[in-house]
Amino acid sequence: MAAERVKKLMQGNEACAEGALYAGCEFYAGYPITPSTEIGEILSYKLPLIGGKFIQMEDEIGGMAATIGGSLAGKKSLTATSGPGLSLKQECIGFAAMAEVPCVIINVMRGGPSTGYPTGPSQSDIMATKWGTHGDTPVIAVTPSYVPEIFTETVRAFNLAEKYRTPVFVLFDEIIGHMREVVTIPHPGELEVIDRAKTDVENKEDYLPYDNRFEIPPLAPFGEGYRYHVTGLNHDEDGFPTNDSKKIDAGNRKILAKIENNKEDIWSCEEVDTEDAEVLVFAFGSSARSASFAVREARKQGIKAGLLRPLTIWPFPDEPLRKAASKAKVVIVPELNLGQTVLEVERTLPGVKVEGLHRVDGEPITPAEILEVIDKYK
Amino acid sequence: MATLKELASKEELFCGGHRLCAGCGIPPIMRTILKSAGAPVAVTTSTGCLEVGSTIYPYSAWRTPWIHSAFENAGATISGMEAAYTALKRKGKLPCGDKEIKFMAVGGDGGTYDIGFQALSGALERGHDFVYVCYDNGAYMNTGIQRSSATPMGSATTTSPAGSVIPGKQEYRKDLTRIVVAHGVKYVGQSSPHNWKDLAMKAEKAFAVKGPTFLNVISPCPLGWYTKSEVSMETAKVAVDTCFWPLYEVEEGVMKLNYKPKTKRPIEDWLKMQGRFKHLFKGDHTELIAKIQEGIDKDWQRLLDIDGKAIF
Repeated sequence: MAAERVKKLMQGNEACAEGALYAGCEFYAGYPITPSTEIGEILSYKLPLIGGKFIQMEDEIGGMAATIGGSLAGKKSLTATSGPGLSLKQECIGFAAMAEVPCVIINVMRGGPSTGYPTGPSQSDIMATKWGTHGDTPVIAVTPSYVPEIFTETVRAFNLAEKYRTPVFVLFDEIIGHMREVVTIPHPGELEVIDRAKTDVENKEDYLPYDNRFEIPPLAPFGEGYRYHVTGLNHDEDGFPTNDSKKIDAGNRKILAKIENNKEDIWSCEEVDTEDAEVLVFAFGSSARSASFAVREARKQGIKAGLLRPLTIWPFPDEPLRKAASKAKVVIVPELNLGQTVLEVERTLPGVKVEGLHRVDGEPITPAEILEVIDKYK
Repeated sequence: MATLKELASKEELFCGGHRLCAGCGIPPIMRTILKSAGAPVAVTTSTGCLEVGSTIYPYSAWRTPWIHSAFENAGATISGMEAAYTALKRKGKLPCGDKEIKFMAVGGDGGTYDIGFQALSGALERGHDFVYVCYDNGAYMNTGIQRSSATPMGSATTTSPAGSVIPGKQEYRKDLTRIVVAHGVKYVGQSSPHNWKDLAMKAEKAFAVKGPTFLNVISPCPLGWYTKSEVSMETAKVAVDTCFWPLYEVEEGVMKLNYKPKTKRPIEDWLKMQGRFKHLFKGDHTELIAKIQEGIDKDWQRLLDIDGKAIF
């Protein structure tokens, strides 16, 4: 009989660090920033215990760059940050996407713009995550709502990063980052852990880091004898910069297509009473906790309310949303910003009434506020 | 050079009511420096304890114009302020006419040694007329005591925890004062708030110079050093008496040690005062302590060797 699973009361940031370790993360580079600092603090203690490496870098840019370096050396690599740090990391995030370097970026969202409200929650980095770095950049972002889910979604983020050779964001906010809930630690092997695909090229000189035979070519770790070129410039299969317009076009399309073609694998959503929902709430992260309560209350009042809670916010879950909203008269989008994902919902559902509910005062959206909007449409 | 009485009777430009911790080294540093400026001062502060602790709405401890921009750019912000002032003055567009205004940028060790280093270096090289003050409390105290490149070897922080295998931070601290000296600026001073006379003298000199100047001031932190708040100044004094934090200045390229302790105290005297080093005295860490001492001895000897000499 398998041993009892360990149950532990832990903070969201701690669940994130534990999830990273479960996923096989052996490398962390970052810079202290509220409200994500505990992730680095915990890993500064725990990574050396397993022979891993924690480095505190001189700034946010260094934190992202070293994470890329750690990944190219073959280790599952992580960094954690918050708003201003996300802004500083953007160039390197684009580099990781362009050079197809798997890595995970935790963003414990706080109020912005600028220094904003470091100790208060926010969901205002949704668009910065998608569009923050220049160019057409592939983005995967997951959005847990509960502390145990931070654990599992961090594991999933590593899986997606390794599988699709791309940076993956875990977005949560100060509320769940600092909230404490019980997490049941799964046994090893209980959750799927995807490791980086190994190349089967026998002659190491023949290895191509961007081999066009694959949708996602295997990435050989530095130091194993595969010598190749990594650059942020548009590059050919061998990694060297190219000025060939056909190759530039193909390369730019390829990094987007690998995400677009695999959306169904990347998407994850929770649906609550969506089958007959006339009033659909689309909510993620901490706002979804309030939304979940509000929808249950509305059902008690006889309102046909439902909740679609995306755990993947990028690529945007347009098809699951269309399906969940098939009977909806209205879609309510509560989010801690002044209107970001609501734009995607409008784009996805032309002709459907969409109403945003927004707060940017550093306080969470309450169930009562959501219920008030639901009530308007009963 | 003002007497203590004169200094005390000057207007407080950094006033009470702020929310910095009891025993924090920053307020006496700011008060002494601002009283020594000799002209109105415009200030920028990078993200950190000082910024957060002195400006919580609706209060401000600053009786000066003051701007906080971000963590990494006090050197760049002060460059913009000074350059605009100089241009407006040249064109005769300043409402205050030719009245002299001084510029001061302030950062902690995180905002100066680490993330703000590039901006500082650029501002020094371009030669803007400003004083940069670093209050060095040896870690990111505002975000909860994470190590910085100013953290002393052996110190336990939340990102260099003391465990049974790794006893705190393993690296020597960055010698930022020396790096700034290498920029060839006209005045650089390293000081401590326990010695008000030294600090006031250095601030006066720094503000009097036309061009960039730099003051690196040790700032005791009861929270991060794990000391009682009433021993802050004593801790700073012992830092100087052990030669962990030598008081010196480099003026027009000439190095001068401002204080040579009669008896150089062993570094244990300073380490034992602070909880951040307490693990060094549990179990055998004589090798590490010897290594810490070795670094201090080497730096001190180097300073003695160049004392009184033109170094660039």
